[in-house]
Amino acid sequence: MNVRTKHIPQHMLYVNGVTVSFDGFKALNNLSFVVAPGELRAIIGPNGAGKTTMMDVITGKVKPNQGDVFFRDTIDLTQHDEADIANLGIGRKFQKPTVIESLSIFENLELALVGNRGVFKSLFHTLSATQLARINEIIALVGLSERRNELAGALSHGQKQWLEIGMLLIQDPDLLLVDEPAAGMTDHETAMTAKLLREIAGERSVVVVEHDMEFIKALDCPVTVLHEGRVLAEGTLDQVQNNEQVIEVYLGR
Amino acid sequence: MPANSRLAWLLNDVAGKRLLAVVLAITVLVPILNLAVPADSFFHVPTYWVSLLGKYLCFALLALAVDLIWGYCGILSLGHGAFFALGGYAMGMYLMRQIGDRGVYGNPLLPDFMVFLNWQELPWYWYGFDNFAFAMLMVLLVPGILAFVFGWLTFRSRVTGVYLSIITQAMTYALMLAFFQNDMGFGGNNGLTDFKDILGFNLHADNTKVALYVLSGVALMIGYLLCRFVVSSKLGRVLVSIRDAESRTRFVGYRVEHYKLFVFVLSAMLAGVAGALYVPQVGIINPGEFSPINSIEIIIWVAVGGRGLLYGAVIGAILVNYGKTYFTGAFPEVWLFMLGGLFVVSTLFLPQGVVGVVQQWKQKRAERKAFKQVTPSASPQAKPDSSTAAVETAS
Ligand SMILES: Nc1ncnc2c1ncn2[C@@H]1O[C@H](COP(=O)(O)OP(=O)(O)OP(=O)(O)O)[C@@H](O)[C@H]1O
Ligand SMILES: [Mg+2]
Repeated sequence: MNVRTKHIPQHMLYVNGVTVSFDGFKALNNLSFVVAPGELRAIIGPNGAGKTTMMDVITGKVKPNQGDVFFRDTIDLTQHDEADIANLGIGRKFQKPTVIESLSIFENLELALVGNRGVFKSLFHTLSATQLARINEIIALVGLSERRNELAGALSHGQKQWLEIGMLLIQDPDLLLVDEPAAGMTDHETAMTAKLLREIAGERSVVVVEHDMEFIKALDCPVTVLHEGRVLAEGTLDQVQNNEQVIEVYLGR
Repeated sequence: MPANSRLAWLLNDVAGKRLLAVVLAITVLVPILNLAVPADSFFHVPTYWVSLLGKYLCFALLALAVDLIWGYCGILSLGHGAFFALGGYAMGMYLMRQIGDRGVYGNPLLPDFMVFLNWQELPWYWYGFDNFAFAMLMVLLVPGILAFVFGWLTFRSRVTGVYLSIITQAMTYALMLAFFQNDMGFGGNNGLTDFKDILGFNLHADNTKVALYVLSGVALMIGYLLCRFVVSSKLGRVLVSIRDAESRTRFVGYRVEHYKLFVFVLSAMLAGVAGALYVPQVGIINPGEFSPINSIEIIIWVAVGGRGLLYGAVIGAILVNYGKTYFTGAFPEVWLFMLGGLFVVSTLFLPQGVVGVVQQWKQKRAERKAFKQVTPSASPQAKPDSSTAAVETAS
């Protein structure tokens, strides 16, 4: 909804010189990169490279010690908190799948459905026919139609990942941050996930963090390599896979 | 669900409807058995019992208030006794003013304890409490405002878990110490007592006691319906989401602190109402009601009944308090140990409380029945199907 009516920004996401230190340890060290509207971007890098911390900064969980983070050119994300940022149109899937286990699949999606997040609105909220249709559409998209009324806690790891992607989509964000979506998925599920993310991109910007090279290959998009909190290399998967430094710190091991 | 969804929150709550039916029944029957049945009859309920049951109903409402925040939103308040006591004090202040010049010192304006302290005039914060409507407003507002200020400070700074629990304990403890002070103007350690009447009705008359009992029953039912409405709404699902994955809820765009604040204030107000109904039935309110142990006891009621169900809290409060009445009478020295034991047992072995045990037992029985029905045909495929069917019918 948002994407179509708002003007198209130059950069969907603009990260410049971001440094985050935890007790002197620099998890992010002068990190800079941009994401264009509609772009699909993969981010790889060894454990502890700062990939999740980068998402924490963008979504307002961690405030950077230095640097700028802008959304849609003008919105300074460092000035907003998590709830604000989510409502501005940035959705996030966590590394560890976090769906609300004691709610049903349907209820999880209802919760994430774009709309007013106010307390009193929620108290008297009833679903409109359009909203119901939208939830059903997403349930079908993530292949959980048969299990819609089951508790999300009963899902397999891969299915939880899908439900969480569904929750992301139904928020109708302009920018999706997806942290290790393929973890715990079967090969078939992994391939399906890559296909889904490619479909989503174009209309929205998507940033995917992943270790699974098959998956990255299937995404078929520009790759950014992170190492020790900064960008080590950027390019196509082929280019970064043949980069000496990347082989040394990441792929070669 | 879409059909008559306006009332689905009530219609789908099978156990809740049963509970309401029982509460309604005792709310109606006990007064009849007290007032209409002759005192020598086997079925006569003595007035002493009416007030005792009324007290349990107030505790049940208090437990409901705690379950709303703890069971559904994960806020383990160990200070809810404070909101209960504040509601009680607000009511107590009205009752003190009702005494008028019938006190020991016969002062028409000042309650006895103030005369005793040589006070010359009524402190400003006692103004208005001679008006019943104002006092009832304070029953809601005083706990509500304290909860709002407390919640605003803590939830906004994201104090959660054990830290929050400790601060709530500190809050009620601090209030206890304050109310013990004579200069606070709330009667010091004697508290407020020697009440005479309420709205002109003699508090020692059977009719008044029965009326208070009925009001407690009605308040419990309304409180239950209110809580059920809240937890069945989308807001209720946001609360569960906060309980299970607080930061996830934030990233979906919900302002967690607002939701917590709403439910915390609502809960404090319910606790205040419970306290206000409790005080005229027991005839006294003193700072002991603020004691940290009291607040912990409420948690035990909810844990024993079964957390996060609402009706579990009601059942737990009544069961534990009946046990308390019985044991403190029969073996006074063991009660505290039993209470502690109860807490350990319920947290370690009965995560769903008494209600959970009953549900499990029912489910097992249904499964066994279903199993017996299919064993003659001995078809291996039939088993899993029928057992899931059994689970569905049982739940
Ligand atoms: N809150 C924190 N306090 C202290 N150190 C932290 C904190 N969060 C992250 N770190 C450290 O920052 C570094 C970067 O962590 P991050 O989680 O961003 O890595 P990552 O690239 O996502 O790794 P992985 O591939 O294992 O998920 C790690 O060394 C981690 O230990
Ligand atoms: Mg990570």
